[in-house]
Parts: sequence; C-alpha cells; structure tokens
Amino acid sequence: MMNYIWGGMIVISLIVSVFTGRVEQTAAAAVSGAGDAVSLTMSLLGIMCLWTGISKIGEDGGLIRLIAKALRPVLRLVFPKLDPNSKGFGAIVMNVVANLLGMGNAATPLGINAVTELWNANGKRTTATDEMCMFVVLNTASLQLIPSTLISLRQSYGSAAPGEVILPIWICEVCALTAGIVMAKVMSRLSSTEKRLNQCR
Amino acid sequence: MQIVSMFAVPAFIFIFLVSGFVSRIDVYDSFVSGAKSGLTSTFNIIPALIGLMVGIAMFRESGCLELISKALSPLTNLIHMPSEIVPLALLRPVSGSAAIAVVTDIFNNFGPDSLQGKIASVMMGSTETTIYTIAVYFGSVGIKNIRYTLLAALTADLCGIVMSVILGSLI
Repeated sequence: MMNYIWGGMIVISLIVSVFTGRVEQTAAAAVSGAGDAVSLTMSLLGIMCLWTGISKIGEDGGLIRLIAKALRPVLRLVFPKLDPNSKGFGAIVMNVVANLLGMGNAATPLGINAVTELWNANGKRTTATDEMCMFVVLNTASLQLIPSTLISLRQSYGSAAPGEVILPIWICEVCALTAGIVMAKVMSRLSSTEKRLNQCR
Repeated sequence: MQIVSMFAVPAFIFIFLVSGFVSRIDVYDSFVSGAKSGLTSTFNIIPALIGLMVGIAMFRESGCLELISKALSPLTNLIHMPSEIVPLALLRPVSGSAAIAVVTDIFNNFGPDSLQGKIASVMMGSTETTIYTIAVYFGSVGIKNIRYTLLAALTADLCGIVMSVILGSLI
C-alpha cells in the first residue's frame, strides 16, 4: 500500500506543481527533505538509545515480568472467554507490556506470537475470533506510556516544554482505547445474536 | 496537568533503575546492551524516512496539500481542526514513519509550541498505525475474514483524532 501512496504522492506533486507554477520550489523541497530526514534521525538517536537501554534494565531486572503480573486481572476483563493459563493469554500480556513501555521492536513479534497462539487454539481457521479482533484493536490503539520519540522531536525543535503533552496524550489514549473496546464488544455481541437467530430459523 | 507531565519521564527512569538495583543486576551493562539495539533500529529507519520526508515536502511545496485541505475543510472545520493537521490525520493510520515526517514538517513551519504543533504532538502520541498493524497481525496467520476489526479500530482512531484536536487546543 505504501507503494502507491508514496509513488502517487510524488507523481501528483510534480504534476500539480506545473499548474500551480511551483516546479522550482517542489524540486528544492525534494533536496531539503532528504537532508532533513538524516538530521531528524540524528536528533532522535540519543533518546531512542536511552529508552531502549532503560527498558533493557527492566527486562533483565524482572520489572517487566512484575508489570505483566499486575496487568493480568485487567486483561481478563477484556478477554473474559480466554483461559488465563493458556499460551495465547500469556503472549497477549507480554505484547501489551511491550506496547506500554514503548518497546515497538519487541511488541510486534510478541503480538504475532499472540495471534498465532489464538489461531492455533481456534483450529487454524481463516476467520478471526472475537479474541483476535479485540487483540488487534488493542494494538491499533496506542498504549504507550512515554512517547519518547515525540518528546525528543519536540525538544530538538526548541519546545519550551517538550513533555507537557504527556498527560493530554494519556487522556486521549484512554478515550480512543475505550471507544475501540466498546465498539468491538458491541459488534461481537451483535454477531453472536445474529448467529443464534439464524440457528433458531 | 503540567506536574504529572513533568514527572512522568524522571519517575520512569527512577523506577527502572531502582528495580535493577533491587534485583542486583549490572544496570550499566544492561543499559549499554539495550542502547545498542536502539542504535541499530534507529539507523534502520533512515532509508524509509528519507523517502517519506522527500515525498511530504514535495507534496506540501507543490500546493497539493492546500488543495486537499481545502477540499476537506467542511469536515475539518466541524471539529476546528487546523488544515495543516489534515495530512497527519490521513497518514497516521497507514505509516508511522510518514506520520513522523508530517509532524517534523509542522514543527519546522510552526514550531512545536504552536497550536498546530501541540495538536500534532497529541495526535502523534496517542494514535497508532492502524492499517499496518491489522495487515501484519492478521496477515501473519493468513486470516481472511477480519470481521469488525477495522470498524472498531477506526472508531478508536476517529475518537483519538477528535480528542487530540480538543486537548491540543487546551494546553
């Protein structure tokens, strides 16, 4: 998909620039954009490493396992039908912890692992179960506690208070997550009622 | 509001370090090995970021962005969303690096503490790459019928986008 979005964006920009008479500026933007990307990476490098380093301390010291233990009761509410001792549930817990701590690189493989466990438990069918849908919805909403990349980006562009967005982000995350979970629960309820109705007929 | 935001990062670092001391691990060794993995993953995103930042800069400078923002203005005016935020709301669900590129562009032009900068910050921090996540997770096990996943995920996104415009204007 990025194939078409990226390619299309550039081709359309070049065509439109002819009509708006901004060919020169558009060409200049290509050059400066490439340079900006490298300086952006450089300014993010420090905080990314700081954060992955701190996370590793939590991993080696067992703090992450402790957080996972604390999260289990909460996740049982979201996945009431799932056996809390199953492999799938354990994988979900670890994925959510990785998301909370912003360990993006760890979260994706753990998430794939969780979906695979749920899929195995469902007889490898090609239709998603309610648990799979809910789990993917959780992952499409942001759960990150400290948006470290964003804060360092704000800092490198000279913000007077780079961290002042943290609390609004938390409020926003909770609202979006609640909306997603409620929608998923409602839809799952609807589809099971429909199924029952069909069986009666 | 400011106090919680201010103490979030130092409190986090403090808790992690103390937990490391309590369990008697070599915190410095752990830190360095963790930081090393951050180094590789940051360098790995450079090629994608170059491509995307070039694309977005061209899109803005050619006047395309203005045209799309104008076309969507009846909708965005409804929730008082500044037109500069539109590309972020459109690209965020598709690609994380593209969203970072848009945010950088907004910071560059308006500054991180401007209204646009604040809304962009909250939106960037509180949403995820929905479409990509669905594709990766369901694609990994060959699920074909995803049922209501996209609907629920987009509901969450819409709620996040509207809330970030409201909260971004408040701080």
